[in-house]
Amino acid sequence: MKKTLFEKIWNDHLVAQPAGRSPILYIDLHLVHEVTSPQAFDGLRTAGRKVRQPERTVATVDHNIPTEPRGTPITDLIAAKQIAALQSNCKEFGIRLFDMDSPDQGIVHVIGPELGLTQPGMTIVCGDSHTSTHGAFGALAFGIGTSEVEHVLATQCLAQQTPKTMKIDVRGRLADGVTAKDLALGIIGQIGTDGATGHVVEYAGPAVRALSMEGRMTLCNMSIEAGARAGMVAPDENTIAYVKGKRFAPRDAEWEKAVAHWRSLPSDDGATFDKVVEIDAAQLCPFVTWGTNPGMVAPVTGRVPEVKGLEETDRRATELALQYMGLEPGRRIEDIGIDRVFIGSCTNSRIEDLRAAARVAKGHRVDAKVRAMVVPGSQSVKRAAEQEGLHRIFQDAGFEWRESGCSMCLGMNPDILQPGERCASTSNRNFEGRQGRGGRTHLVSPMMAAAAAIAGHFTDIRNWKFQ
Amino acid sequence: MKPFTVHRGRVAPLNRVNVDTDQIIPKQFLKRIERTGFGQFLFNDWRFGTDGAKNPDFVLHEPRYEGASILVAGKNFGCGSSREHAVWALADFGFRAVISSSFADIFANNSAKNGFLAVRLSEDEVAELMQRAEEIDDYQVTIDLEKCEVRDEQGFRATFPIDKFVRHCLLNGLDDIGLTLQHEAEIAVYEAGHPAPATLRAS
Repeated sequence: MKKTLFEKIWNDHLVAQPAGRSPILYIDLHLVHEVTSPQAFDGLRTAGRKVRQPERTVATVDHNIPTEPRGTPITDLIAAKQIAALQSNCKEFGIRLFDMDSPDQGIVHVIGPELGLTQPGMTIVCGDSHTSTHGAFGALAFGIGTSEVEHVLATQCLAQQTPKTMKIDVRGRLADGVTAKDLALGIIGQIGTDGATGHVVEYAGPAVRALSMEGRMTLCNMSIEAGARAGMVAPDENTIAYVKGKRFAPRDAEWEKAVAHWRSLPSDDGATFDKVVEIDAAQLCPFVTWGTNPGMVAPVTGRVPEVKGLEETDRRATELALQYMGLEPGRRIEDIGIDRVFIGSCTNSRIEDLRAAARVAKGHRVDAKVRAMVVPGSQSVKRAAEQEGLHRIFQDAGFEWRESGCSMCLGMNPDILQPGERCASTSNRNFEGRQGRGGRTHLVSPMMAAAAAIAGHFTDIRNWKFQ
Repeated sequence: MKPFTVHRGRVAPLNRVNVDTDQIIPKQFLKRIERTGFGQFLFNDWRFGTDGAKNPDFVLHEPRYEGASILVAGKNFGCGSSREHAVWALADFGFRAVISSSFADIFANNSAKNGFLAVRLSEDEVAELMQRAEEIDDYQVTIDLEKCEVRDEQGFRATFPIDKFVRHCLLNGLDDIGLTLQHEAEIAVYEAGHPAPATLRAS
């Protein structure tokens, strides 16, 4: 029987398949953050339960911490209380915590891979929808709600209905200036924000194989924006090289054994998927979202869509989106001016993202009416960027250089848009109010965001004058 | 968990597609560490102006939908963030169920853990209910989980699909942590064969 990558990992982790119930799946790694965990720990206390595998549970603070210099007091008292709750819960239940002052603190989906916690073949969960990021390593990684967080804390297992499988086969190669982010936006634009609901997606094909590990993380990260349960890329030599030597990666004899296992994971030739989608990489270009979900996307050279001729439901959704976004049908994307730029988030805050943005920013100045910030995904990314001098390039160009965290991706900390402000953002969601009430978010790649900061409006990175 | 068997209630129509969890419960309300009290923030940015004043045009503020316990909405309801707070807010506000033609996976999972029903009907059936809720005064439907059926007194009747195990848990109000722990022996056997990696055991 030929098996897919997903089926191999799923079968490897089945603890029990009780008749008439969902299969029970073992969870190798449980990542925890401050926002979706306090009620789960309370549930454990109420039921008198312990964390079954504290060693397989790793926590950090990321969602609502300020990105001001560390040590600045947290003035939001409710946020401070939530952070304190995570600290005391980790202490009480014996969980490793990369706290505010840790040199390894960062966005949970950035530090998992960089610490080598994320490995091929694993099952990984976190109370956060962007857990799909870790699928870049050929892991089965998906987001869960707080009740399921409690379930995993108590049992190290989850009862899960078996998802369907989908292969997204990306032929050809991405042109210069077209990034993993554009690939993700292009896919969502094609299949829709519910195009992969109920499915675990495997991204395959030459354009995916050619992506760096960081590019694969960006691609898998946005799987949830197409509704997917998870996204994954088969492990290869790039994956193995990335994991090797990381702090929590296997060592010595365990390493050899692990690598042999990882090499057995890619989908067998001839394995079948419930659904297959083909994408021609040559047709993709730098994209900009114009609406209020990630499927509302247009080429940078394109226009905001017309509403005439759309069927009723689409027309209504488009009209509501354009009304919120303050845009009229037919406007050229490159004519849309911006007020803010956010380079960061679990989608695009890794060192390659910052290098790409810095290459664009180098020797230029941020437009006078634009406020732009760069928020590294982790303390480790921040240090690496500073060693390379990227922070100087950004600061010289007029970008703010901040501490690590989720920041303005979801605006739970003080980094938010003001009503009506328009932002070019490298994050993952352009929902109404996502970055601040009344704020207008356009999703783009890091290079496109940096270019927009300098031009003051969206501009095609393929025509950029690099200094 | 509160069991869900048969529920009859007033229907409120939310005629939008892709209602994401950021709309259901905006992020500024996720900092609370309790499970309760989220109902007051449900659909906050649609229900209230920036000055905190009620938006009288929002459907849930129309007197005719007061006390509604069933929401009918467009496709892909609950997409986006995994925040279970979305379900807590809907339930705390007084809803027992949402009817839509499709739900985001995590939202559907979260619903089931809270005795809250995500009822999937066809797009045509949802459109029919939406229209009836808009046109008929005090429009009510019955959601019957025993028969997997939605019906009204005006002749509407439709069945909905639901996973057998999820239905069983909802009907009986079962705590699924307890159910999983019935497999303690199998978990222990699995763990004996798959110890935590050495690098995680070291401090």
